[in-house]
Amino acid sequence: MTKIDIAVVDYGMGNLRSVSKAVEHVAHGKSVVVTSDASVIDKAERVVFPGQGAMPDCMRELDSRSLRGAVLHAAANKPFLGICIGMQLLFDHSEEGDTAGLGIFRGDVKRFAAHQVVNDEKLKIPHMGWNEVYQLTNGQAKPHALWQDIADATRFYHVHSYYAAPLDAAITVGETEYPERFCSVVAHNNIFATQFHVEKSAQAGLQLLRNFVYWKP
Amino acid sequence: MALAKRIIPCLDVTDGRVVKGINFLELRDAGDPVEIAKRYDDQGADELTFLDITASSDNRGLILHIIEQVASQVFIPLTVGGGVREVEDVRRLLNAGADKVSINTTAVLNPQVVQDAAARFGSQCIVVAIDAKKVDNQPFEWEVFTHGGRKATGLDAVKWAQHMVNLGAGELLVTSMDRDGTKIGFNNPLNRAISDAVDVPLIASGGVGNLQHLVDGVTIGGADAVLAASIFHYGEYTVQQAKEYMRDHKIEVRL
Repeated sequence: MTKIDIAVVDYGMGNLRSVSKAVEHVAHGKSVVVTSDASVIDKAERVVFPGQGAMPDCMRELDSRSLRGAVLHAAANKPFLGICIGMQLLFDHSEEGDTAGLGIFRGDVKRFAAHQVVNDEKLKIPHMGWNEVYQLTNGQAKPHALWQDIADATRFYHVHSYYAAPLDAAITVGETEYPERFCSVVAHNNIFATQFHVEKSAQAGLQLLRNFVYWKP
Repeated sequence: MALAKRIIPCLDVTDGRVVKGINFLELRDAGDPVEIAKRYDDQGADELTFLDITASSDNRGLILHIIEQVASQVFIPLTVGGGVREVEDVRRLLNAGADKVSINTTAVLNPQVVQDAAARFGSQCIVVAIDAKKVDNQPFEWEVFTHGGRKATGLDAVKWAQHMVNLGAGELLVTSMDRDGTKIGFNNPLNRAISDAVDVPLIASGGVGNLQHLVDGVTIGGADAVLAASIFHYGEYTVQQAKEYMRDHKIEVRL
């Protein structure tokens, strides 16, 4: 049986080429596969769980490919990186289409409030562009291992209208301000998940992916 | 507020090469798309926009190949526009590695494409490009033009922008046809009118000749991102210099 180092879960929502190319770029000599096959996800040493588009569609497509079990199993057992909707799906519920998520983390995914004005300018939605991410240690001596060689308040590329609000504050290891601070990174045991697009965040994003590829939770 | 204003170099591509024209005419060769994309990434560009201005349909497939190559070497958001006629075109570009697809003439001829593409792929990847020109024969100030600025539509650019956002556009790329290639600055009143009328981000385009124009685009025009081509292509300024200038004028940028 061929060894699979990293599986990128493909459930038909958006282009995964950017994600797989960015992972390949930092994972020299490792095998990276884009897959919608549960048995491949089961075999992989680590799993990347991206997502684009609307959360109701994502959940429907995930289930139509019978991938929920494999994703839950991976999230419970191996290094697991959620990106964008792949982070939001880990929560109980989303306001977007009143959708139930995978329920790994307690909390809701909420929409940015409309018609906010900041410094005399309208707050634009989606929140789109490069914003600073503040690293939280949550009482730990050191920042999370995936923040290695990434300075606090480094800018990452965000595109989203919804954000996760975890009930357990201890899982938040990164926050972004728009206009209030919201949780943009969660981590718990073998799971790390970002609201922003690591695969589109230039050198900072590649460093985070590199940290994930060699991460030993 | 920590969200950075974006600087987006724009690459007009035809038959596999980057070109730059004046008022949509007189094209000059500016180089190899992949090389140029890498250079801008190194300089700190926040995104890249590729506009396929290939006239003949025979060579349209070339853009897919270019995007594939760029997307495997440059890890910042890529927007691609030009010649998008149906939802299937959007799918092909996204699959090649585009993060966003810009729809222009087709949005006017067949607005359903905007709605269907946004519903299928999400608003975050659907940019509607609006080419507008100041007119004095209409009850409004700025009219939407299509086909590279050749055809008047009778549409009010501000109302059109609102309509496109209602159909699902996640961002607007507003080009002033009067300013494009002129180097006299963005049409800030046009951009301000549209920016204030919609909730989605606005990219200002057309007319940049110096770095103060970029600052004015943000502070006067209300743009969330500024797009420029010639000031970067011909080495007048680097993206880094543009960002430092904006930072010195109290605009948040990624440096």
